[in-house]
Amino acid sequence: MSKQEWPLYEVFVRSKAGLSHRHAGSVHAPDDQMALDHARDAYTRRSEGVSLWVVRSDSIVASDPAETSAFFEPAKDKIYRHPTFYEIPDGVKNL
Amino acid sequence: MSANQALIAYTLRLADNALILAQRMVELVAAEPELEEELANANFALDFIGQARMFYTYAGELEGQGRSEDDFAFMRDEREFGNLLLLEQPNGHFGDALVRQFLFEAFYLHLLEALMRCSDQRLCEIAARAIKEVKYHFRHSSHWLVRLGDGTELSHNRAQTSLDDAWRYTGEMFTADEIDTAMQENFDGPGLASIHELWRRDIATVVVEATLQLPDDQWMASGGKQGRHSEHLGFLLAEMQYLQRSFPGATW
Amino acid sequence: MILLAKVQDEAGHGLYLYSAAETLGVSRAQMVADLLSGKAKYSSIFNYPTLTWADIGAIGWLVDGAAIMNQIPLCRCSYGPYARAMVRVCKEESFHQRQGFDIMHTLCRGSDEQKAMAQGALNRWWWPSLMMFGPNDSESKHSAQSMAWKIKRFSNDELRQKFVDATVQQADFLGLRVPDDELRFDEDSGHYRFGEIDWQELFDVIAGNGPCNKQRLEKRRQAHSNGAWVREAAQAYASKQASRAAA
Repeated sequence: MSKQEWPLYEVFVRSKAGLSHRHAGSVHAPDDQMALDHARDAYTRRSEGVSLWVVRSDSIVASDPAETSAFFEPAKDKIYRHPTFYEIPDGVKNL
Repeated sequence: MSANQALIAYTLRLADNALILAQRMVELVAAEPELEEELANANFALDFIGQARMFYTYAGELEGQGRSEDDFAFMRDEREFGNLLLLEQPNGHFGDALVRQFLFEAFYLHLLEALMRCSDQRLCEIAARAIKEVKYHFRHSSHWLVRLGDGTELSHNRAQTSLDDAWRYTGEMFTADEIDTAMQENFDGPGLASIHELWRRDIATVVVEATLQLPDDQWMASGGKQGRHSEHLGFLLAEMQYLQRSFPGATW
Repeated sequence: MILLAKVQDEAGHGLYLYSAAETLGVSRAQMVADLLSGKAKYSSIFNYPTLTWADIGAIGWLVDGAAIMNQIPLCRCSYGPYARAMVRVCKEESFHQRQGFDIMHTLCRGSDEQKAMAQGALNRWWWPSLMMFGPNDSESKHSAQSMAWKIKRFSNDELRQKFVDATVQQADFLGLRVPDDELRFDEDSGHYRFGEIDWQELFDVIAGNGPCNKQRLEKRRQAHSNGAWVREAAQAYASKQASRAAA
């Protein structure tokens, strides 16, 4: 029984001035409610946040680092996604 | 006693409660069951120390004799402290400390709400700041009481015993003496009878969810508010005050 | 109050770094078990006793000061989770060191007894703080690997020298004497030369034979075992809730 431990949760904090939640770190907690409490005490005691998300680490689906190139690199070739690919004719404003 | 004297004494009791409880919580540092709980305990102790400082500072100003927060905390003897007996009891195990926290904070929350409506401006302000902290503490303590009560058979029994043992110290919170009465009459201070009702309702909700039993009413200990303390306070103060008393007048 | 905030920060640092280490595939429970069994090492400095209030000042000034020297370069180390944890840690550490120095400064401007308390603390904490940087580079077992992987970015001796150069000046400012008869400023190099560290003491402490090793670990073991019933209660409740939700 004592070999078991509290599951791991990842913590995301949105600061007062922030637009999105950022990954702050992790905490162990027995359940969701306590995870919020623990995250509050570990990551927001210097008034860093206005909003806290906690997610069980094993619920996170992540891209596979071994497949980074197949997953992300094709996008580099497709330069027509970037606004700078297109030439704006002279004299055209606001584009 | 004059209204002002009652106000000073009342404010000092608020400060003493916060300080003595904080001191007991500090003893728990490095003894918590998990790292995350260490952070919570330290946070709450810091909140209480902050409140004690605000109350002591105000008492010093009201008194007008130049006493600082340090003078009140470190240079007074046991019989001058007006904290509740509940708060000076030794920590015991996690369940004992948790139950103490839970029972006191349920009371303190309503006390602070009432203080926010009293006619003393400064007490209103301090209460307004403290209540945010105490709301969170009470939430946290309630979560734990439920988990201990509705956890394992061992935790359930321990939590019940902690509750049974602490019960005799709860009466003191609601027994008004002439200082409480003077506060009510002169400053629209908290009415302990109505706070008692609210307290019972709040703790009953959590106790039921925790599958525990509220103890029957019994003989209640008293005297803390009037400076008649248990044997424990002397040791607590000896440790807390040792440095300041050994080098009186020094600046730290 | 400030001391409690500092203590809390330190517990938090443990938490951040355990979290970072977990990303490498080892669980918190395993790391705690390794600590309690004596397998995992922790900094030698924690095995010395804290005797007076002045010790609190000396520890903040010297121990946190030494720690900061080690930690700042780690903020840019090659492993993301470690670097991120260290950024957070460094922000919090600088207040610790200032608090320590502030205590020493107050004591040194106080009564004779306070000043003596401060000198006494410096006498006891100076050499252990220098030992925090580890053995000389020539003797250090793990340095080569950590430096190759760009985790560790400066050598033990380099950091130790930096620390001495900064701190001796601070001691002079305080009016305290560094307990090293061989300490002198070398004009040519622009550095302070200092005496030989008692390496036997460092090895004894690392091997578990310091003044407080047994006591420190015993306290952790006790806290952990005393808390088992609490951790289990929380887990039991969580399981019950999960079954109730599923039902």
